[in-house]
Amino acid sequence: MGLSNNIIRQSYVIPADDFSLAGEASSSVKKMLNQLGVPPQTVKKVAIAMYEAEINAVIHAGGGTADVEIGKGKVVVVISDEGPGIPDLELAMKEGYSTAPDSIREMGFGAGMGLPNIKRYADKLDIKTEVGKGTSVEITVFL
Amino acid sequence: MKVSEIASILEAELLTGEENLDLEIEHACGSDLMSDVMAFVKENVVLLTGLVNPQVVRTAEMMDIKVIVFVRGKKPDEKVIQFAKEKGIAIFVTKDPMFIACGKLYSSGITGRGVWD
Repeated sequence: MGLSNNIIRQSYVIPADDFSLAGEASSSVKKMLNQLGVPPQTVKKVAIAMYEAEINAVIHAGGGTADVEIGKGKVVVVISDEGPGIPDLELAMKEGYSTAPDSIREMGFGAGMGLPNIKRYADKLDIKTEVGKGTSVEITVFL
Repeated sequence: MKVSEIASILEAELLTGEENLDLEIEHACGSDLMSDVMAFVKENVVLLTGLVNPQVVRTAEMMDIKVIVFVRGKKPDEKVIQFAKEKGIAIFVTKDPMFIACGKLYSSGITGRGVWD
């Protein structure tokens, strides 16, 4: 498995109800990137951004899917859900703004740092969201 | 500072991860908010936290953090310990509360901070 010519594609289901399991997809992708010999700093950027997006899908949208494409000099992760959508994306991007319930805060998340962290670690971030339909978060990290 | 020295300063009990005792630690992050931890960009980090759920281990995994110290004497359940073991992450428990644990490490020379932009 080399990075130069091949494009590697993987899809994952992000399960809805078990918060303790959240992060399995990000963990698999991290392992795969390490095996491909991607530099640790780059792996970390992908892993953290994807993990935050995965957590968001579990907290806010009852799970979703993760599609990962590695190749052509970049890693592209798309986390899609059919949740409630984000009514005010600009507000949601602000550090500290959160709509997560207390039960999630008790688990150490929902501090309003998820989307800002994704933006911090992604080289390119594209969020498409529609109220009542769902959200798709496309994270690109260049290799 | 070696992980073993941190354990001795905090009088911390090792629950798993003996193989990490000789790792060098330069930076510490004390937080119960995992997203704040993930805004912390450094290598060779010890994470101090009062949260004992599996997502703490998951966060450490994503951040390449090899050492977690649970403060206030909080012990995680066996599932969390096993999870850390699988990921090669050492887990300690100290009776010290967060502030005291951080203070002890800071005054012993772990003064490195994370990069916040």
